[in-house]
Amino acid sequence: MTPVQAIIAKELRSYFVSPVVYVVGAVFLLIVGLLAYLYLVFAGAQAIQLMQVQGSAQLNLNDLVFRNLFASMRFILLIILPILTMRLFAEERKLRTFEFLLTSPIGINEIVAGKFMSVFLVFLSLLGLTGLMPLMLALFSDFDWYPVLTGYLGLVLLGALFLSVGVLASALTENQIVAAFVSIGLLLVLWLLSGLGALLGDTVLGQAVSYLSFMEHYDHLVRGLVDTKDLVYFLSSLALMLFLSHRVVDSARWK
Amino acid sequence: MIEVQQITKRYGQHTALDRVSFSVAKGEVLAFLGPNGAGKTTTMRILTCFMPATEGIARVAGFDCADQPMEVKRRIGYLPETPPVYQELTVTEYLQFVGRLRGLSGKVLTASIQREIERLGLGTVQRRLIGNLSRGYRQRVGLAQALLHDPPILILDEPTVGLDPKQIIEIRELIKNLAGTHSVILSTHILPEATAVCQRVVIISGGRIVAEDTPEQLSARLRQSEKISLILKTPAADTHSRLKALRGVQNVFTSGDSGTFLLECELGRDVREEVARVAVTSGWGLLELKAISMTLEDVFLQLTRHEEGLAPDSVAASVESTGQPV
Repeated sequence: MTPVQAIIAKELRSYFVSPVVYVVGAVFLLIVGLLAYLYLVFAGAQAIQLMQVQGSAQLNLNDLVFRNLFASMRFILLIILPILTMRLFAEERKLRTFEFLLTSPIGINEIVAGKFMSVFLVFLSLLGLTGLMPLMLALFSDFDWYPVLTGYLGLVLLGALFLSVGVLASALTENQIVAAFVSIGLLLVLWLLSGLGALLGDTVLGQAVSYLSFMEHYDHLVRGLVDTKDLVYFLSSLALMLFLSHRVVDSARWK
Repeated sequence: MIEVQQITKRYGQHTALDRVSFSVAKGEVLAFLGPNGAGKTTTMRILTCFMPATEGIARVAGFDCADQPMEVKRRIGYLPETPPVYQELTVTEYLQFVGRLRGLSGKVLTASIQREIERLGLGTVQRRLIGNLSRGYRQRVGLAQALLHDPPILILDEPTVGLDPKQIIEIRELIKNLAGTHSVILSTHILPEATAVCQRVVIISGGRIVAEDTPEQLSARLRQSEKISLILKTPAADTHSRLKALRGVQNVFTSGDSGTFLLECELGRDVREEVARVAVTSGWGLLELKAISMTLEDVFLQLTRHEEGLAPDSVAASVESTGQPV
């Protein structure tokens, strides 16, 4: 077992011993399930209305259910993922195990990578459980799988970005609550940048500001559009956040 | 094995370590003594490559702490002030994690864990969560962690804190057994501990080394003479000179007119009987007469209070304070 694997195993163990993962997971799945149900019932009501007016109706689950659901999930992830990441470094500092980690013969990049991977695996398993919902729907209706899959790709990338921001925030402080709020704040700013970009309009600055926000990149994927530009955005911002985390952890030694 | 040359560490304006130099030979046990905030932990953090020194060179096992931290970290077992344990893991799980971080695996890992569990008496708690263990057990788990990969160098920050007296003796025995094959630096507040387990003591105060020697020589250095403290109710004007005239008395210090005297006598000569007789026959009102033995504790207090060490007035000052609990 390499040191990175050892860290992942240890972090997963810590996650599943504490109630945090269960509570966060339960709330996440409950809200996603509830939203899916609401959108579905709403879509059904619309279909009945159309039937009455036109005599026939084609229910488009992609547009009426999945797109709305994926749009809502941005917000749920923004709230819950910082709760998952907040302990990663803050707790080590609080419990004085930080010094132990940094005096172990492993690199800081291995520590950051291990911690990120562990929480990413937790997130993937939660996301995997929501996959039951499209699978169930596929039994009873017909819809286009392609945009659903790209939507999930979008969620994975978006989640990874949120988690990396959370890792950075957690490295900044020894207080977990502060870490959670800092990452929620940073993510909201990133979100609102798209609004600012729209305000600035179709100028170079406006486009640049909108590009910094994850909104349009995620939207493309939800609409079934896989563009290299968007993948580059997610992967490079992920790398940047993890690099910054590395720098912050490293600089903590100098104080 | 450990070589520290002119290390300085500054936190902003505050100088935590000021040109500290010392070295530890292979198999030697060195104690770091000093009051809180003296720079013991800072020195240890520099040696373990947790933080870099502002100036100076620290070398461990021939590797520079600044240039080759990985090589240094591999050779060091470090127990920080607070045992670095994860409360949500069991003792065995924790030691497995530590071992894997240090590149142990398979049978070697299992054997190392078994060895440390036996060595530190953790057998009965090995399957319990660390969060549910007492302070003493956590401290021992912390020690097990430091010893797990059998490093040639051990750096222990107050290793016996939180242990009960029996455990303290066991841990001291353990450290004594490690001497010879391992180089050990330990910091402590408890002076008998330094006398018990260390070949050499470094006393550090205000970021500076104020003394470095064997425990025996350190106390001998300050005990160049026998000292007797004398308290009189009604000392006369000639008391000072008459005391000084006694055979074997080298020096007499007084502190004001409180009637407190400190007599320095030749080594190996007990003048108490004579002093008592003179005091009684002269009607000075003898209140107290006792020999002062310099323990390492006194040495420590003097050195850390007065960095210059042996000025006579500092000795007199310490006599004044002997009545207070220290």
